[in-house]
Amino acid sequence: MNRFAGLIDRVGYEPRRNAKIRLLADYFRTTPDPERGFALAALTGALTFRHAKPGIIRGLAMERTDPVLFRLSRDYVGDTSETIALIWRAPDPRPPHAEAAAAGSPRSTADDGASFEASLREAPQDEDAGGRAAIGHNHPPADGPLLSEVVEGLTHAGKAELPALIASWLDALDETGRWALLKLITGELRIGVSARLAKTAVASLGEGIAPDDVEQVWHGLAPPYLDLFAWVEGRGERPESIDPAPFRPPMLAHPVEDEDFAKLDAADFRAEWKWDGIRLQAVAGRDGDGETVRRIYSRTGEDVSAAFPDLVEALDFDGALDGELLIVREGRVESFNVLQQRLNRKTVTPKMLTEFPAHLRVYDLLVLDGEDLRERPYDERRRLLEDLVARLGEPRIDLSPQIPFASWDDLAAARADPASAGAGPDADAIEGCMLKRADSPYLPGRPKGPWWKWKRDPYLVDAVMMYAQRGSGKRSSFYSDYTFGCWRDGESGPELVPVGKAYFGFTDAELLKLDRFVRNHTTQRFGPVREVAYGPDRGLVLEVAFEGIQRSARHKSGVAMRFPRINRIRWDKPAGEADRLDALERILSKGETEMHPTGGAGP
Amino acid sequence: MASRAADLLTLTPQGLYCPAGDFHVDPLRPVERALVTHGHSDHARFGHGHVMATRETLAIMAIRYGEDFARSTQEAVLGEVVRVGDVTVTFVPAGHVLGSAQIVIEQGGHGSSCRLVVSGDYKRGRDPTCLPYEPVACDVFITEATFGLPVFRHPDVRDEVAKLLQSVRLFPERAHIVGAYALGKAQRVMALLREAGYDEPIWLHGAMERLTDYYRSEGIALGETPKVAAADRASLKGAIVICPPSSIQDVWARRFPDPVTAFASGWMRVRARARQKGVELPLVISDHCDWDDLCRSILETQAEEVWVTHGQEDALVHWCRSRGIRAKPLHLLGYGDEEAGEADEALADATPAEAEA
Ligand SMILES: [Zn+2]
Repeated sequence: MNRFAGLIDRVGYEPRRNAKIRLLADYFRTTPDPERGFALAALTGALTFRHAKPGIIRGLAMERTDPVLFRLSRDYVGDTSETIALIWRAPDPRPPHAEAAAAGSPRSTADDGASFEASLREAPQDEDAGGRAAIGHNHPPADGPLLSEVVEGLTHAGKAELPALIASWLDALDETGRWALLKLITGELRIGVSARLAKTAVASLGEGIAPDDVEQVWHGLAPPYLDLFAWVEGRGERPESIDPAPFRPPMLAHPVEDEDFAKLDAADFRAEWKWDGIRLQAVAGRDGDGETVRRIYSRTGEDVSAAFPDLVEALDFDGALDGELLIVREGRVESFNVLQQRLNRKTVTPKMLTEFPAHLRVYDLLVLDGEDLRERPYDERRRLLEDLVARLGEPRIDLSPQIPFASWDDLAAARADPASAGAGPDADAIEGCMLKRADSPYLPGRPKGPWWKWKRDPYLVDAVMMYAQRGSGKRSSFYSDYTFGCWRDGESGPELVPVGKAYFGFTDAELLKLDRFVRNHTTQRFGPVREVAYGPDRGLVLEVAFEGIQRSARHKSGVAMRFPRINRIRWDKPAGEADRLDALERILSKGETEMHPTGGAGP
Repeated sequence: MASRAADLLTLTPQGLYCPAGDFHVDPLRPVERALVTHGHSDHARFGHGHVMATRETLAIMAIRYGEDFARSTQEAVLGEVVRVGDVTVTFVPAGHVLGSAQIVIEQGGHGSSCRLVVSGDYKRGRDPTCLPYEPVACDVFITEATFGLPVFRHPDVRDEVAKLLQSVRLFPERAHIVGAYALGKAQRVMALLREAGYDEPIWLHGAMERLTDYYRSEGIALGETPKVAAADRASLKGAIVICPPSSIQDVWARRFPDPVTAFASGWMRVRARARQKGVELPLVISDHCDWDDLCRSILETQAEEVWVTHGQEDALVHWCRSRGIRAKPLHLLGYGDEEAGEADEALADATPAEAEA
């Protein structure tokens, strides 16, 4: 447990992806089974404990601490689990007199027999050589609980036994160990490690094993993953996936650049719309007992079935579909803004299911009736997909249409105006085209060549930098998050109103210059935020690219940008010539949707 | 006794004042006569008329402020009882940094004496660079409470140093930048690294140099500690570099190869604090008492009354009262920011090229 705690403590502070993988891999390499397997389970969210609840922990802490001191501490630390982990005090097993001799006697006092409370006894600093065995002050016994014991205990112990069991573990662990245990119990083990990252670290233990290979076998496995580790370390066979509805890593596309078209022959490709929704994989299959298992996965392999019960019940087939989650109302695809409203809701309610009906627009078929189709060419999979969708006759699942074209110019025209190229009223939910080679197999990952995405050009606006904030992690010494504004008419003439915030889109070299600009033009500081000089005749113009815009009651300007990033730094442009808020209003008026992120209905 | 103690040591805008001896202790502003517990810039300030402190503290003040930091000085010998006006004072080791001392103030003769101890900053944890704290029995104990909450229990410093060395082993291509106060913490970290068997050069930010040289001249073994030249930075793969806390997020630190940002401080015990500072490798190494040691020290002095100068006063006062010890917070503003003065030093030391970059 202590090693696991040390790992998650360190990883939690580490901002760099590769360094996280190194730390995880180092842990997996040097930690024996089954400990590392339970750690992997904890990191991938594969553990849930029925009876272990935060309430138990609070109760235990209250039994042992002065309420005033606990409150002051909680206020200071800001996190209840962490407060308990730090404040927890193991009962001192040493008899009260054992230390009277060791404690330094106060200088120049007649009486050195001061009687101190046992709970405050502590080895003085000079008693150093053999003094590390002392218990209670961060010197827990070396034999604190193993992670496997903790997992076992939390899984099997009855409700009545749990408090005493947890207390005994807390007594035996140090601060970091207690923190990790409490986070494990409360299910708040958020340390910036995705399941994918943990699997990548496992894959790195082996020779020639890719993260996707681990992904392929993952759903057939269970903690503590002995067969998985044996396989990646070359000591065992590849585990057979026995999950009837497993996740298969999706095939991704590269962005196509203008110069790429010269090398590509339009006749080799098929085109589809690129939908502005959420990529999903819908899988259904029969398990050993003949029961149908249906699952919906996110692009990264997270099982998100629980969020889409309306779609799950529509998965009446045996196979795996690749498609886009959209909201379709009265036969018409709604914009991403509307989809966002469903995604923002934490719980699934019947009202939400009717108000925001989930729809799956499919574009590929990976498996059908037990047969893996991924090696087959795109055209063949497409034919089977069209047959399947027709056979299903399910209104919530339909086919993403192909775009007819003979030349790249044809396709460019369609992309520029999807509404007249067959998309009709669904055009608002289209963000470009997909190009797929007619002969392409379905390959996991992002192979270069077979699939391309040709996104609609982003919207651009010239805005003025108003505030800058330090970044996080590797960029924490740079002012790398910029709030920018557009002009509007204020009480006393033109004024800038913040319209968004962007923290990427620039090169490292540009970041250095932007950082220097901020430092040299600071007018005010608010903690980590600096206000920079701006006005009609001073300030820095940023060309901001973004994918869409929506109304927002939370923003002073009344609008919020989607996916804003710095497209260009306009060192040359006077701030007075930056865009007005009206420019954004115009883009907004082209879209039909009135967006109320707070959840209320539109006026 | 309480009222007598209150007469013996009063609170003035300049800080704690002893009318019978006509001197201030660690005054926050220039005064005629100052007794100084230790060299941190929040306790040892520039511009007093006369300063009495340990030899080391006087030397540290001279290094920081120049030889003329006060009109005259007087060396306090540890353990020696010295008459000042109508009281006697004694300096006793506080274990905080090199030269740090508690100041014992005593008045009156047999049977009716009153003894106060001003602890200054102090700690009980292992520190190879200074004399250990010695408990002094007294009537009134005037203590700090920097880490005066029961969530603060400092871990064994050797485990923290091991954490740093393990990271250096795992990331041999990255530089480890360790933020540490220029006086005391920096040298303690160096000494602890040496104790742990680390014998590579430990690289220093320029702001660390003079005080580190002084520690060395006092016979404290710190091994090889070259100063980082601006041009060296990019080549320091796998190196440990110690700099002032204000520099870890600074332009200066960016030039090292893929730096790992570490910070040696008791505050690193609280995750939100470490995150806030952008620290990736928090090292819980403190030169102050943790909660247990504050409580233990109070009990060991057998004081009837405790005054808490600064820090988390409320919790410690509550604890004292719940044990029948009279206690009051002094709310002395101005202590506790050991970094303040050092940030300026770091800035002054940065070369023009660095400030530009
Ligand atoms: Zn200090």
